Amino acid sequence: MSAFTHPYFVHALLAGTAIALAAGLVGYFLVLRAQVFTGDALSHVAFTGALAALALGYDLRLGLFAATVLFAVVLGALGRRSRADDVAIGSLFSWILGLGVFFLTLYTTSRNAANGTAGVNVLFGSIFGLSSGQAELAAVVAGVICLTVLAVARPLLFASVDEAVATARRVPVRLLGLAFLILVGACAAEATQAVGSLLLLGLLAAPAGAAQRLTDRPYHALALSAGLAVAEMWAGLALSYYVPQLPPSFAIMAVATAVYAAALVATRGPHARLGLAEA
Amino acid sequence: MSTVNPATRLGDLVRHRVPAQPAGPQPPRSPAVSLRGAGVRVGSRTLWSGVDLEVGAGEFVAVLGPNGVGKSTLIKMLLGILPPAAGEVRVLGEAPGRAGHRVGYLPQRRNFDASLRIRGTDIVRLGLDGDRWGVPLPVPARFSARRREARDRIAEVVELVGASAYAHRPIGECSGGEQQRLLIAQALVRDPELLLLDEPLDSLDLSHQGAVAALIGRICREAGVSVVMVAHDVNPILAWLDRVVYIAEGGAVAGSPQDVITTQTLSRLYGVPVEVLRTSDGRLVVVGQPEAPALHTDRHVEGGGT
Amino acid sequence: MNWAETSAGWSWNPLTDLQQIWAFPFMVNAFRAGTVVAVLAAVMGWFMVLRRQSFAGHTLSVVSFPGAACATLLGISAGFGYFAFCIGGALVIAAIPRVGQGGSGQESALTGTVQAFLLACGFLFVALYKGFLGGVNSLLFGSFLGITTTQVTVLTIVAAVALGVLAVIGRPLLFASVDENVAFGRGVPVRALSVTFLVLLGAATAEASQITGTLLVFALLVMPAAAAQQLTARPAASLALSVLIAVAVTWTGLIAAYYSPYPIGFYVTTFAFAVYVLARAARTLSTAVGRHRVVGGGAVA
Repeated sequence: MSAFTHPYFVHALLAGTAIALAAGLVGYFLVLRAQVFTGDALSHVAFTGALAALALGYDLRLGLFAATVLFAVVLGALGRRSRADDVAIGSLFSWILGLGVFFLTLYTTSRNAANGTAGVNVLFGSIFGLSSGQAELAAVVAGVICLTVLAVARPLLFASVDEAVATARRVPVRLLGLAFLILVGACAAEATQAVGSLLLLGLLAAPAGAAQRLTDRPYHALALSAGLAVAEMWAGLALSYYVPQLPPSFAIMAVATAVYAAALVATRGPHARLGLAEA
Repeated sequence: MSTVNPATRLGDLVRHRVPAQPAGPQPPRSPAVSLRGAGVRVGSRTLWSGVDLEVGAGEFVAVLGPNGVGKSTLIKMLLGILPPAAGEVRVLGEAPGRAGHRVGYLPQRRNFDASLRIRGTDIVRLGLDGDRWGVPLPVPARFSARRREARDRIAEVVELVGASAYAHRPIGECSGGEQQRLLIAQALVRDPELLLLDEPLDSLDLSHQGAVAALIGRICREAGVSVVMVAHDVNPILAWLDRVVYIAEGGAVAGSPQDVITTQTLSRLYGVPVEVLRTSDGRLVVVGQPEAPALHTDRHVEGGGT
Repeated sequence: MNWAETSAGWSWNPLTDLQQIWAFPFMVNAFRAGTVVAVLAAVMGWFMVLRRQSFAGHTLSVVSFPGAACATLLGISAGFGYFAFCIGGALVIAAIPRVGQGGSGQESALTGTVQAFLLACGFLFVALYKGFLGGVNSLLFGSFLGITTTQVTVLTIVAAVALGVLAVIGRPLLFASVDENVAFGRGVPVRALSVTFLVLLGAATAEASQITGTLLVFALLVMPAAAAQQLTARPAASLALSVLIAVAVTWTGLIAAYYSPYPIGFYVTTFAFAVYVLARAARTLSTAVGRHRVVGGGAVA
């Protein structure tokens, strides 16, 4: 395989695999808890955080993690009221995105003109541009996210499916909800480096949605979601390597969407109303 | 715990298929629930106070009263989620919330989302081990005694509630009555000594109401599990009841259904004339029962129900 | 981009300032287009918030990006791409049941995936059309420069048609939005109204995208309406207020963008968000005062 002789491809593969694993695990709970809109909001926040850091002269990843984790804590602190009110979340993240535009302009006008593509890179990812240090750090952080998700998986499942009984059984429901939001935030920051802030929603939602269509056993679905995400990442990277016209983030999204669509069609049963609409 | 007669415990009953012990002298057990002068506040509003109540082991007690009077709040207090504002509360001889898995809880029901793709058995299993950290290791059941034990236990309770036919379907695809049976199995899976049920018959149609009430009554009688059930309507469970607690604004009365659900007692409790009618088939109808005070702004504090 | 350097600065006299801004034909066009777009977006957004379809609105606004990118790639006017993709997207969303509500996990996963995939398609078109990369930012974040008189005419005609249709269906749509079952029982064609509304919403997002950019359309749709609905419960008043807020926010945004190097999208979202926050604060304050009064009255009685 000639692809592995290119260091950039190896770096992308390393970071991409770890990030996809984390996104698959986190995404399963995101879909289960019907918090996809939160992922949507976090994707906008990731953009603003990255560009704020760039404009102020810090490392992009610092801004990414700071912004997404902070926003996750704010959402968690607002509690369940925030979950009901899409309009409030929508207003807040539209404004945060507007703030991101401000930082983008600040960055591109204050620094040299070579930064013109910085916004595009943050929005749509540049996984083939990762250095070896960046890839390793991304892999380590993604590994920590994966281990944390696995450690809290069972009580989180309980709290997501059956909150009242879980509370009565002394499962720390509020705390788990907050911890999960922070995990989603960290995962969003990771995924931004791979597929960009605008597309990370697809990486979180598509494998998880497909896995939940394919099996109704929760732990199998969790594993399947992670496995699908990694496979889609690999297929996307390979596709993008052999067809250079396709940007890697498009290739990954295209594969993920195709797999989800296939899962919808395959499980089209009496309850496949959505599959019908998709076709 | 030490005074509990193990032969009457639910798990043994199912495991060995021992028929219920005939009613007779049993070793004295500590009361499942005991309230002395208990009161509860939600926000700045006192829902009720000065309530004395004792639920003996193996008793079936219904908590009745109009909407918004704090029936669910009583259950939450017994679970230890809400601290009592006054008085002493003991659950299975311990402070509320300390009895842990010896208490089974069925919250006021929300239906599961129709697209939720998780099987009924998985929901039951969460009742068994959902509060443990980590994920279950993918070890085949034949290599793990604990896995086998858990699997058998889940199969037992699912069979006990008569849900075997649909326990392997996604719970979102089950009907309301089927979901309710699976949730009762979830509450029973840890072999509790006390069941706290919050309006389990609500949102069920009439035939399912009777069947689920009979199931709960049978579990109570045969396995010696104490049951405290919040109910909207006493009639479906009247045949199984040992005692009722009627909560009104401020206070409560407890006693046998025949003593409490009478024109005199309820009129005294409410302070307004109330009439209890008995229909020809033995059903009780309370006429003129006042609703709870219309402090609607406070309702949401209770978590949307009573 | 910074036109302030070529002209005199801000003088704190609104009349002379506006005269000065309007000395440039492109600024006149920007104000005309901005006003048309603000009115349309505010009205559609008001119904969108009322119908709790903000996720659908967001998806529609995202669709405009691949639309414009595809049109550019094919060498036709971006306007065609905007309208074709947004109205097509509206029809697709209308075919997915109940998707507007955010809905269950499965449905929102589907919507989220479609959204991400469409954005990825937009990125693909951009990547295939080399040398277009600099234009991405204005596509995503809006630009008020270079709006032609023809464009203003097209925007005005489309907006007039959309508002005309809405005026015809407005009352039954309001009925169906507030109480779908009762409306259905009274013979209101709920389903047809819902599809028509989504198409109108698509048209509104296609229009607004051309000013605020794809990513910030949602702000112009949701925030004036949300603020207005905080302030008054009367439908006519809050609809009018919503239009007023949207126009005010767009005008101040245009003026601020004219005098500073930062893009209009930033100003429009910031001003709109400020209005929304103020509206919420005002409402919280007034309910607190109201409750206080009720409690006080009760104590006296």
